[in-house]
Amino acid sequence: MSHKIIEVNNLSYKYQSESEVQALNDVSFSIEKGEWIAIIGHNGSGKSTLAKVLNGLIMPNAGTVKVDGALLTEENIWDVRQSIGMVFQNPDNQFVGSTVEEDVAFGLENAGVPREEMLVRVTESIKKVNMADFMTKEPARLSGGQKQRVAIAGVVALQPDVMILDEATSMLDPNGRKEVMNTVKEIKDAANLTVISITHDIDEAANANRIFVMKGGKLVKVGTPEEIFAYGPELIEMGLDVPFAEKLKYALKEKGIAVPASYLTEEGMVDWLWTSLLKK
Amino acid sequence: MDKLILGRYIPGDSIVHQLDPRVKLLGSIYFIFLLFFANNWQSYLFLAVFILVAIKLSKISLGFFLRGLKPLLWLIIFTVSLQLLFSRGGEIYFSFGPIAISQFGLINAALIFCRFVFIIFMSTLLTLTTIPLELTDAIEFILSPFKYVKLPVHEIALMISIALRFVPTLMDETTKIMNAQRARGVEFGEGNLFQQMKSIIPLLIPLFVSSFNRAEELATAMEARGYRGGEGRTKYRVLNWEVTDTMAVIVFAFVTVGVILLRG
Repeated sequence: MSHKIIEVNNLSYKYQSESEVQALNDVSFSIEKGEWIAIIGHNGSGKSTLAKVLNGLIMPNAGTVKVDGALLTEENIWDVRQSIGMVFQNPDNQFVGSTVEEDVAFGLENAGVPREEMLVRVTESIKKVNMADFMTKEPARLSGGQKQRVAIAGVVALQPDVMILDEATSMLDPNGRKEVMNTVKEIKDAANLTVISITHDIDEAANANRIFVMKGGKLVKVGTPEEIFAYGPELIEMGLDVPFAEKLKYALKEKGIAVPASYLTEEGMVDWLWTSLLKK
Repeated sequence: MDKLILGRYIPGDSIVHQLDPRVKLLGSIYFIFLLFFANNWQSYLFLAVFILVAIKLSKISLGFFLRGLKPLLWLIIFTVSLQLLFSRGGEIYFSFGPIAISQFGLINAALIFCRFVFIIFMSTLLTLTTIPLELTDAIEFILSPFKYVKLPVHEIALMISIALRFVPTLMDETTKIMNAQRARGVEFGEGNLFQQMKSIIPLLIPLFVSSFNRAEELATAMEARGYRGGEGRTKYRVLNWEVTDTMAVIVFAFVTVGVILLRG
């Protein structure tokens, strides 16, 4: 697990060179292979810009990105994109193919994979996201969650090392969201994939190994979900949310009940509640 | 917005569905040529039988084809009535000033009506039974000789395929924007011409803007998935020439012979 898949040093980026706003400001971090990272932050905090820089879709003004030890440059962008798959926010606007199987094959076609291998890989990755019954369906006949699962299959077919989810569930209903996240989790566990999930969904972030908090183009906090959510009120001031268990904790605190200072998961909260009731 | 049948695809597994798209595309174009070549009611009847058999083979109900006529109904009526009312020749049944219903006018009107209907039926049959991307493949194949005169064939094919893929999506969006604007008090299709045109603006501008955004996002997604132009790409879909395709070509040859024999 000590294999650094992504290393970022002093990354800075401005959308317009004369603009005052730094979309990314001196961002540095590294991610280990197999980690699940959640990046949270306000709208306009630079999360999506960061994702695009990692994939070479935009080139940073300053700083370096290393993917699997190799420095990202103009020359090797295309190789890097083979190892980083990306799923975007809008399920409609990233569906290139006219049917499910063709969309999944699109990335493979670009990579010049021979057709026989393509057929196998397309079928397999569609099976992995449980869309086997929809192979020949068009996007107009699929739900948002199903389209996102197809987008994930497209990434899986390329067998990348890293999967970036750029708010991939933000346009889905709670069911679709759960479906998509479960699919990602299964695939991640099966292939020891590194997942970088940019999200507004705090429950999704709570399942990550580490959370990066971004604000104004800067990486302001890095830590495990326990560590991050322990900041509680500070996060809310930054316009972020906290998990339900934490909210309950604050509500109880305001009523004058002594609550533990550390972060509690929902199960932890339940445990603490019933044990403290018994103690009385 | 469901009125527009042209450009939709209905999945199926009929013989027509399984035909090679190149045969279908070239066949449809060829059929239109034949249609202009035919010049009497016998040859038209012959072509009508051919197209009805083709529709029957596609296992798609005739209703779809009739609905495909709807958007063009006014154009058909307009052209047919022009022919009907303003051409003279043969026996004249009725005349009033420049308007005359004559024997030739009646025949011409009937032929033009048939032409319209057959062309629409044929093109609807083509799009209903062919996956848009297959159609693109066919276009790419047909255009491929033009590569040597530096025509960007792959790019053209890609643009067509994306355009086709986004037709239903944009249709849905148009309906959505229309309803949203209606909810805010915009009346579509009411008032005089000027007012009607003005009411299109709150529909057109958002649609344009969102198309730009869509294009931007799609381009990003394509690039992120390693798309960098036509070179070095392999293809998932391949066109296979099969026995039925050869048979279709033979059928077309027979139809040609039939039309030549029947035309006066």
